Amino acid sequence: MEVEEAARFAEVAVASTELIRLESVTKVYGSGDASVVALRSFSLNVAAGESVAVMGPSGSGKSTLMNILGCLDIPSSGRYWFGGEDVSRLNETELARIRNRRIGFVFQQFQLLPRLSAWRNVELPLLYRNVHDRRALALQALEQVGLSNRIDHRPSQLSGGQQQRVAIARALVTDPDLILADEPTGNLDTASSRDVLAVLRELNEQGRTIIVITHDPEVAPVARRTVHMRDGRLIDEVAA
Amino acid sequence: MSLAHTIETGLRSLLGHRLRSVLTTLGILFGVAAVIATVGIGQASSDSVTARITSLGTNLLTISSGSTVSAGVFGGAGSANTLTMADVSGLQDRQSAPDILAVAPVTQGRASLVSSSGNWSTTVSGSTAGWLVTNSRTVGAGSFINTNDSATRAQVIVLGSTTSSNLGVGVGDLVLVRQIPFEVIGVLAPAGSQGFGNQDDLAVVPITTAQDMLFGGSGGVQRILLSATSPSTIGSAYLEADQILLQTHHITDPSLADFTITSQTQVLSTAQAVTQTLTILLASVAAISLLVGGIGVMNIMLVSVTERTSEIGLRKALGATPGDLFRQFVIEAGTLTALGGLLGVATGLAVGYIVPRAANIAVTITPLPVLTAVAVAVAVGLVFGVYPALRAARLAPIEALRAQ
Repeated sequence: MEVEEAARFAEVAVASTELIRLESVTKVYGSGDASVVALRSFSLNVAAGESVAVMGPSGSGKSTLMNILGCLDIPSSGRYWFGGEDVSRLNETELARIRNRRIGFVFQQFQLLPRLSAWRNVELPLLYRNVHDRRALALQALEQVGLSNRIDHRPSQLSGGQQQRVAIARALVTDPDLILADEPTGNLDTASSRDVLAVLRELNEQGRTIIVITHDPEVAPVARRTVHMRDGRLIDEVAA
Repeated sequence: MSLAHTIETGLRSLLGHRLRSVLTTLGILFGVAAVIATVGIGQASSDSVTARITSLGTNLLTISSGSTVSAGVFGGAGSANTLTMADVSGLQDRQSAPDILAVAPVTQGRASLVSSSGNWSTTVSGSTAGWLVTNSRTVGAGSFINTNDSATRAQVIVLGSTTSSNLGVGVGDLVLVRQIPFEVIGVLAPAGSQGFGNQDDLAVVPITTAQDMLFGGSGGVQRILLSATSPSTIGSAYLEADQILLQTHHITDPSLADFTITSQTQVLSTAQAVTQTLTILLASVAAISLLVGGIGVMNIMLVSVTERTSEIGLRKALGATPGDLFRQFVIEAGTLTALGGLLGVATGLAVGYIVPRAANIAVTITPLPVLTAVAVAVAVGLVFGVYPALRAARLAPIEALRAQ
């Protein structure tokens, strides 16, 4: 019991460094009468090493938040600091560099390229920076998700849970500051979901910052902190 | 992303869609091959026409029988044999025609020649000693017809080298032309084949013999060949010939002349203009097919971008910059067209090799159209590849990821 307490303390100490700071971020799509406000003055801080679940019904602005957090899109107003860098006004090429070096994505649809083997899929992000030993790094990432024996399989030869683990390995291979998972279990059965969530939890326990976006209450417990959204606003926070 | 990786990625994706890549390449392949083959054929026919006409000599004038006028009605050109041997002797007058070097009347027809070892049908021309000069030919063996032969209606014949070998006869042998025996007195030196017809397949007999024994029409001359003393005196030779013929034909109004004089340069430039126009026409058709091939590339690349929207979105999420994606798609398009271009050159060269052997159509392949066709093909690919590549680069990652 005491050992566990001590471990938790250590994590909190690590977590004290701020990784993400959103300051009254607003995102508006379209213009004039047709404009839709997807995020309204949204503020959120996430420390390094934390795990956060973002929950909310569809249309609550979860996806928009994910796009902004993942540097796939920029806010209409407000500021976004990622690891101390203001990324809210970067251009596309600079955003691509941040995504490549600091963020690993896990999507609901897995998004594996069907013609490539597992390790070739995992290798993909490394192609966009000059890295040697891509194969070694990819194999290492696959080992972390327990798929060392599936490296040459194509996505079609893998189960849904295995495919999502390949996708997690792809997110891991660049050793990113943040893993951003968008409905990671949305396409999986219960057993596979448990598998994938266990992998994510394990990664967090190793000190990796994880943000999971979901509408599924069963997924939220993977994170130690849950954020609820409605109509583009933060409505309450629950620490697990 | 390094260029090597971009190329690798592009090639992998092309290999991933083999059928599509092959079909796209075919469009360019046929375009390039068509350009090379048609320009080659055009070039060859133009060369052959030019060579054939210049081999006749650029200082050559040809006088043909013109139209007859009876009761105010013009007959067609050549509707009457208005040229006579009297005209020939008039033109040979050094006094009134100082710029005319040689004169050769010609009356011509096809006839079957029979020797002891075979028979052969060819063009038999009745002419005089001047034929050799006006046609820029030389005798390979024996001698040519001389003035005495013409005067005596000698039954002598001079053969082209092909005719001579086909008949299996040489100088001193006898051949029958329309059952009439002729002695072979000479064989011409070969002039070489020049695409249209063979300059070495012919026979020449004295014009008087031809008129009296072979083709009839005593005194009639189909045309008269003139050589000017040099290419620079061709203008004055033309005027002298015109003057003499108007006089001997008693024509006062030059517009009613019953003969036509054409210079070889006139014929040459007309022929060149014609073949050039044909070449341009053929090449334009081929160029259009190349353009169509290019549009095909664009089409396929656009389909490819649309079909791979989610892949593009994923690559963007994983850190591909707009530049990376742009380069990847341009490389894909460029590879398809470059490949099509090279295969097109190979096909074009193959056509250039096979067609002359299979269809007896000469094809002259020069480096310029080949290089131009390849350069155009690659340029077409890059230009038509740019738009799809821009589309790919500009896709918003989120929307692209959502597309399934």
